[in-house]
Amino acid sequence: MLLMAADEGLKSELEKQGVYLTTWDHLVNWGRSSSIWPLQFGLACCAIEMISAAASRYDIARFGSEVFRASPRQADLMIVAGTVTKKMAPQVVRLYNQMGDPKYVISMGACATSGGPFHRGYNVLKGVDRLIPVDVYIPGCPPTPEGLLEGLMNLQARIKSRGFGAQMAERKGEYAVPELGKQGIEPRYNPELWQPPAQHPFDYQRVPDAPNPAEPAK
Amino acid sequence: MIPALEELKTQIEQALEGVALTVEAPAIIVQPKDLLKVLRFLKDAEKLQLDYLANLTAIDYLPAALLAAAGAAQAGPPEGRIDVVYHLYSMAQKHGPVVLKVKLPRANPVLDSAVPVWRGAEYQEREAYDLYGVKFSGHPDLRRILMWEGFDGHPMRKDYVPENQNAPLGNAA
Repeated sequence: MLLMAADEGLKSELEKQGVYLTTWDHLVNWGRSSSIWPLQFGLACCAIEMISAAASRYDIARFGSEVFRASPRQADLMIVAGTVTKKMAPQVVRLYNQMGDPKYVISMGACATSGGPFHRGYNVLKGVDRLIPVDVYIPGCPPTPEGLLEGLMNLQARIKSRGFGAQMAERKGEYAVPELGKQGIEPRYNPELWQPPAQHPFDYQRVPDAPNPAEPAK
Repeated sequence: MIPALEELKTQIEQALEGVALTVEAPAIIVQPKDLLKVLRFLKDAEKLQLDYLANLTAIDYLPAALLAAAGAAQAGPPEGRIDVVYHLYSMAQKHGPVVLKVKLPRANPVLDSAVPVWRGAEYQEREAYDLYGVKFSGHPDLRRILMWEGFDGHPMRKDYVPENQNAPLGNAA
């Protein structure tokens, strides 16, 4: 309360005199956002860039995220690095469910965000945000390691932007694991998280009267 | 060295009685009933020793009516066709490839499995079965390999229509 009342100028004057003021929220969020442990988990070529970001040249350890955990129980962050195929989608949701709260998701690259170059394919999920809640989207195909670091910094800012108590109270919990059906996953998306767009200008499948090349013209 | 296609065709026809081949460069067209005999000959013949099946896949040719409806310039075979393609090399002689094709009816493509000749054909035939629906008789374990059990259809066929993932729940895709 005191810190909120004191303005930044006063705070910096006090710091010069060796008096530091902070709040519990500020302190804990500083700690949390500086040690986001990602799940060791890659799906396609984006994972190569993620590995590169973890190696010495880009050094993700500068942001406290070098501890890639092999178990979802110990991870705070799921970097969905690559193409989520329909066959893999149930496992992605299951891994997300197994992570402890508070948990975050970065959708890395065009594939994880929208299906990317496979958008019109038969086997790829058109965006992981149809099944799990995504915090940060990173564009690119694949994004550079710098792009991933930028996304991580955005996530840090997001963690710092809200009180610790509010974030702990907001339990993400578990989401329904889809099953493999005759054409794709069932259900096709989680209606709590995502709803089909009324009309998407770039999605040929939404155009109602587009001719189907496989069917003879009537 | 691999002989010229016409010469190779003559060699095979002389060695195997009742086998008739045609040449459509760069491939030799084999009748489905002769396939196993020809494959075995190519693998065992002393001068050829094609011991390595580098590739086995299929090609889908739509029926003429569907092609015309889609506005394609060229005409296709009237009933549609599935070709199975074999690329053979020799590790022993360091030569290749020899390209074989088998033409099958699109409605019910059934062919002898090449697994008894090359063990490595197993996964490639499973892939052709999964994506194109070619049934290989005599295959030891003909299951889907890329798509899951319970998936409907063969997605690399040109008339396969992928589901609409944007369709609202409750509606058919």
